Amino acid sequence: MPDETSTPTRPDVLIIGGGWAGSIMAKELTEAGLNVTMLERGHDHSTAVEGTYPGSIDELRGAIRKRLFQKLARTSLTIRNRPDQTALPYRQLTAFLPGEGVGGAGLHWSGCHFRATEDDLRLRSATIERYGENFIPKDMHLQDYGVTYGELEPFFDKAEKVFGTSGEASSVRGQKTGRGNIFAPDRSDHFPLPPMADTFSASVFRAAATDMGYHPFSIPAANASQPYTNPYGCQMGPCNFCGYCSGYACYLYSKASPNVNILPALRQDRRFTLITQAQVLEIMLDDTHKKATGVRYVDLSSRTEKTLEADLVILSAFQLHNVHLMLVSGIGQPYDPVTQTGTIGRNFTYQTITSSRVWLPEDRFTSQFVGAGGAGVAIDDFNHPGFDRGRLGFIGGSPIWVNQAGLKPIAAAQGSGGKGAPRWGSAYKSAMIDQYRHSLGIDAHGSNMAYRDVYLDLDPTWTNAYGQPLLRMTFTWKDNDIRMNQHVVSHIGDIAHAMGATRTSLNSLQPGQPFDSRVYQTTHLNGGVIMGENPKTSALNRYLQSWDVPNLFVIGSSAFPQGMGYNPTGLVAALAYWSAHHIRRTYLRNPGPMVSA
Amino acid sequence: MGGAASLSSVPLLSRTAEAEPDKKAPKVPENDPAHYKPTFFSQEEYLFLCHACERIFPQDENGPGAQALGAPRFIDRQMSTPYGFGDLWYMKAPFHEGPPELGYQLPYNPRDLYRGTITPINTHCLMTYNALFAALPPDRQDEVLHDMENNRLRFNDIPGAAFFEQLRTNTLEGAFADPAYGGNHDMGGWKMMGFPGARADFMDWINQEGAPYPFGPVGMPARPDPYSSAFQTDEEG
Ligand SMILES: Cc1cc2nc3c(=O)[nH]c(=O)nc-3n(C[C@H](O)[C@H](O)[C@H](O)COP(=O)(O)OP(=O)(O)OC[C@H]3O[C@@H](n4cnc5c(N)ncnc54)[C@H](O)[C@@H]3O)c2cc1C
Ligand code: SF4
Repeated sequence: MPDETSTPTRPDVLIIGGGWAGSIMAKELTEAGLNVTMLERGHDHSTAVEGTYPGSIDELRGAIRKRLFQKLARTSLTIRNRPDQTALPYRQLTAFLPGEGVGGAGLHWSGCHFRATEDDLRLRSATIERYGENFIPKDMHLQDYGVTYGELEPFFDKAEKVFGTSGEASSVRGQKTGRGNIFAPDRSDHFPLPPMADTFSASVFRAAATDMGYHPFSIPAANASQPYTNPYGCQMGPCNFCGYCSGYACYLYSKASPNVNILPALRQDRRFTLITQAQVLEIMLDDTHKKATGVRYVDLSSRTEKTLEADLVILSAFQLHNVHLMLVSGIGQPYDPVTQTGTIGRNFTYQTITSSRVWLPEDRFTSQFVGAGGAGVAIDDFNHPGFDRGRLGFIGGSPIWVNQAGLKPIAAAQGSGGKGAPRWGSAYKSAMIDQYRHSLGIDAHGSNMAYRDVYLDLDPTWTNAYGQPLLRMTFTWKDNDIRMNQHVVSHIGDIAHAMGATRTSLNSLQPGQPFDSRVYQTTHLNGGVIMGENPKTSALNRYLQSWDVPNLFVIGSSAFPQGMGYNPTGLVAALAYWSAHHIRRTYLRNPGPMVSA
Repeated sequence: MGGAASLSSVPLLSRTAEAEPDKKAPKVPENDPAHYKPTFFSQEEYLFLCHACERIFPQDENGPGAQALGAPRFIDRQMSTPYGFGDLWYMKAPFHEGPPELGYQLPYNPRDLYRGTITPINTHCLMTYNALFAALPPDRQDEVLHDMENNRLRFNDIPGAAFFEQLRTNTLEGAFADPAYGGNHDMGGWKMMGFPGARADFMDWINQEGAPYPFGPVGMPARPDPYSSAFQTDEEG
């Protein structure tokens, strides 16, 4: 044990944040022979401790008091809907739930594990090719990633093999399987595990969607449908549909997490050092402001401030914190929505999600407590590249799915009632019990485009426990995305009917409806430090290397120019492997910008 | 846990349990919510809490209400946890009111919210209806709660709706959290809802074509915990 005030030895690489992105980069760069130190602000987490049954499945402690999530008391952010408002602090964890501690949100995520579509990665070019440039609304910052599906394919494949993903391929090296998502692009290999079984709810949706001529498929799930050993020698056991993925650590080693799928291998590597309780405050730059020299951090266990130097810095602290650390470190130019100059904080996006509810007849029990985070059945008919948006006049789309992940009683009780129905009293109680036993949820989980006046910057008033300004979020729903969501939801009623629904409650975004931070949506936040081809409109080049500080790489969904219909982590992981591959192949031999500005 | 074939022969525990409460577990007097002595709330505050929680989640033909489930006891115990002290929230000044979409903005933690509101509510009831909240007929109590929910009442700088949401949230937590925390007495909330508790293994129940799940709930097995007397350790069903 180093003594409390000592500074660890100088590594080659510093990694800020120990989630999926950080763990992948740490594994890749130690494999390249480098000494890597990972700094994580939270505590260490392991299945043997945080994941032990039954403490791990205690709803009050888990999803309600949020023991595994970001400690808001120390740091939060402020939120407003429009630039002319005063942003106010996000005082309670509600709309989104960032992680904290080793594994990051990868410990308590659900496990829906998607690739991107070909169009997702070049949405500006694809939109212009299909519908012309005038199709793009004036204030929309529609951009390409600068990397194509074909280039990323080997890294999507690698991530699936590391995560032990269960799914059904539709097209493998040009061969159609006749199953899976017929709209999904071609793959170099099958999923490492067969798809998850359908819950009863998902099976009813699959049957109805098939009857109606849609193309249902099993959601690719980073929940193991069978025992599995990944390329790192890390083992997973089969998922038993316990229903405690989202918000919990899996007690069965069945849900992929950095803790189960990467760190057991990393921890054995002498070149890898993990420092927990290390809150990074700043990435330090030299006098030229073109080179990162290391980081300044607070060692929370000794309450001392320390610095650590390295040749290469990887920022992988999650989307929000990546943007925050760029801003407080003075790297790149902060985005200004008036002049539309600067890149840090630009193209901040989220996920449009609305959940509708379908009641089945009283003799059908949906057993909503049964489920797995990534299991379910989806249709991509309103999300795939070829879906004709021309006559509908919007950009983007949504998969529709029944993703019964395990509904627990406190969440079910609190979510019942509303929309005109009583929220308490005897009538509420009867309706709530009926809803728990006989209903199921159908989500429209859609894309979210980037806009001129939706962005992140630093708050002028509120600070974190370390005296730094909080991040400020300016975000609301915009017309294009509201119309997209409404169109997709308009098809759910017919599907519900075909499922034999006795009653439905359809929910869609409404025109003018502001983003409501009180309601959980997803933790799929994107952008703010985006990748691209032009340093005027992106913070990173296509290898996720900072245009301004070439020995800094910023990994995470912060790199997405806009939010896609799918969940982000499959793309986060693929981009991490892609970036690491090029660091290993090119950058380490010749450190410097990999793309000339 | 048995295979799918054996499941169908097992009677629905929730039905039998409702008809014959506490048949298996002998009554442990200090575990009965009715005998609980609050440590955070005063007697008068606790009396309010018992009545208000019961209106939010009343005893009815579905099963027990908040009082029988021990929700007030649950809330009293939560007040001495980090949650009660607001340690899970970002509580830095300054505090400004804003549009509802921007979320909770009061300078009060859950302890402050209860402490700062219950006495003024009782005062309001005394002045308007000549009786404490607890002594009002249920219809009147509902009226007061509705007035809070719809922000027609305000207690100093605490909007009625802010308090109401706190109360509703904690009542439902108390009805459905693991019995270890003092509520959901005898797993009554879970039985009513058809939630099987800490079973967490549904390998053979992923898809049973919509049949009802045949087993009643289990609580978290006992572990070293100050409230372990509230545990139900036996597997039932
Ligand atoms: C409930 C839930 C369900 C989800 N379900 C899905 C899903 O089904 N599919 C999907 O694709 N995605 C899902 N997600 C999103 C997914 O969890 C994230 O996309 C993913 O974990 C991001 O990985 P990351 O490494 O970028 O960030 P994280 O996993 O958040 O890791 C970042 C780490 O950095 C640390 N850190 C932050 N700031 C600092 C600092 N200043 N100094 C030191 N350390 C710092 C944090 O503590 C954290 O551990 C879900 C998220 C949640 C919360
Ligand atoms: S549902 Fe499966 S993957 Fe999720 S926590 Fe339970 S066992 Fe683990």
